[in-house]
Amino acid sequence: MRFLTLSEAIAGHVADGACVALEGFTHLIPFAAGHEIIRQRRRNLHLVRMTPDLVYDQLIGMGCASRLTFSWGGNPGVGSLHRLRDAVENAWPGPLELDEHTHAGMAAAYCAGAARLPLGVLRGYIGTDLVAANPRIRSVECPFTGERLAAVPAINPDVTVLHAQRADRKGNVGLVGIVGAQREAALAARALIVTVEEIVDELPPAMNSIVLPHWIVSAVVLCPGGAYPAYAQGYYGRDNAFYQRWDRIARARDSFSDWMDKHVLGTGDHRGFLATLRGAA
Amino acid sequence: MSDCTRDEMMTVAAARQLWDGCVCFVGIGLPSAACNLARLTHAPDIVLIYESGTIGTRPQVLPLSIGDGELAETASCVVPLPEIFSYYLQGGRVDVGFLGAAQIDRYGNLNSTVIGPYGHPATRLPGAGGAPEIAAHARRTYVVLKATPRSFVERLDFRTSAGFLEGGESRERSGARGGGPQSIITDFGLLAPHAETRELDLVALFPGATVEEARAAVGWPLKVSAKVERLDPPTGLELEALRDLHARTREAHSRSVQLPA
Repeated sequence: MRFLTLSEAIAGHVADGACVALEGFTHLIPFAAGHEIIRQRRRNLHLVRMTPDLVYDQLIGMGCASRLTFSWGGNPGVGSLHRLRDAVENAWPGPLELDEHTHAGMAAAYCAGAARLPLGVLRGYIGTDLVAANPRIRSVECPFTGERLAAVPAINPDVTVLHAQRADRKGNVGLVGIVGAQREAALAARALIVTVEEIVDELPPAMNSIVLPHWIVSAVVLCPGGAYPAYAQGYYGRDNAFYQRWDRIARARDSFSDWMDKHVLGTGDHRGFLATLRGAA
Repeated sequence: MSDCTRDEMMTVAAARQLWDGCVCFVGIGLPSAACNLARLTHAPDIVLIYESGTIGTRPQVLPLSIGDGELAETASCVVPLPEIFSYYLQGGRVDVGFLGAAQIDRYGNLNSTVIGPYGHPATRLPGAGGAPEIAAHARRTYVVLKATPRSFVERLDFRTSAGFLEGGESRERSGARGGGPQSIITDFGLLAPHAETRELDLVALFPGATVEEARAAVGWPLKVSAKVERLDPPTGLELEALRDLHARTREAHSRSVQLPA
């Protein structure tokens, strides 16, 4: 475990062509890290995430990805991810290969990845055309009962990137609130980068809460506000108004590119990104 | 009740199908409003599960997303997402699942994936999310969807989630353990599956709605049950609780968020 700047962590752990999972189910989405990947102009990434959300809309629209493993690709409560749609419908800015699942299937694939098993098994994908659309959704026969069960290949990202509330000085990471599949995505990965709101001497008493121990963490990055416009429970709320505004920003290629130029490419780091939005408010 | 909207009638109709103590897997939008309306009126001990991992949540305002902080803060517990899907849903611990979609067919199968061919879609929709497994495992499901001939279709562009598949016994043969869609809540009233064919029949109409309106809005030749119930309009209490909930929600969502320092 090393304490790095975000720029160092992305430069050191996210290579062109890598399989990268930025996880976080609505809560604790690592936006700052996604923006840094865009600034460093990574290409041909295989992005993995249950709910692509705005951060993947941005990565896809900026041409960082060639493949997407996902289970629900919308702007929650608002509508479409327009950049994801443009990539799938019109191959803009480039073609995007889809590896599409259900939430239960991806959860099983992450659990298998964390356990270093080759496949996840579930009683799922029943009666859905996804099975015909995705050759990676298959079935196995239970050797005990003979039941046919759905099988999905384990997900083992080259690197998983998370945002969390706190790390201590050894690099143990604490998450509270909605934790999605972050623990599984962390343990499934070959490398783990965690951006945090705060570095503390000691994590708060954490019986039964999610702790990622320091020896599975590759890098900790101090990055206050790193989940914005998503949220960090106990630190700041989800900017629902921004999620609604994004629908208009991302609808057209020009307004999207202008926004990304101004707020992401035109800023050196996350502090700079937040400052541009503060100016706009 | 002339001043009450169809949206309100749909929400109230959905809420009335929930009972006190039932364990309900909630989706965002109208289902979330309906579940919380039930909790605030006739079903105070309903257990609301959002797929983000919040169990027994009692939000003061409706969430915009499935994982708003409000849901975690008011939950009796918050568990990792794989637990929700494997232990609770697949484990058969959910009574009611709510589903929406872009398209539904006469057997209650749903499309939330694409319009047009999968490889070259005219419209790429968000996709499956939790729906296929909710559709398979919840003891019953309710579908909420506005009716137009584009949404109630003869043939789905893509079957994302199973209803009664090809009708008859085909759902039972598929291995789906839950009971499938028991009620479709739409603009003009309710559809429910026929006991044998499992085709969706018109079984109830909202005040002011007609069979002709229902037939015009559905893209297949809609069968009408021998007995069509006329639904009671929302009560003053239901409307007041629902409008208060929406007003609180609007106020909360318009509050500006302090940017992190």
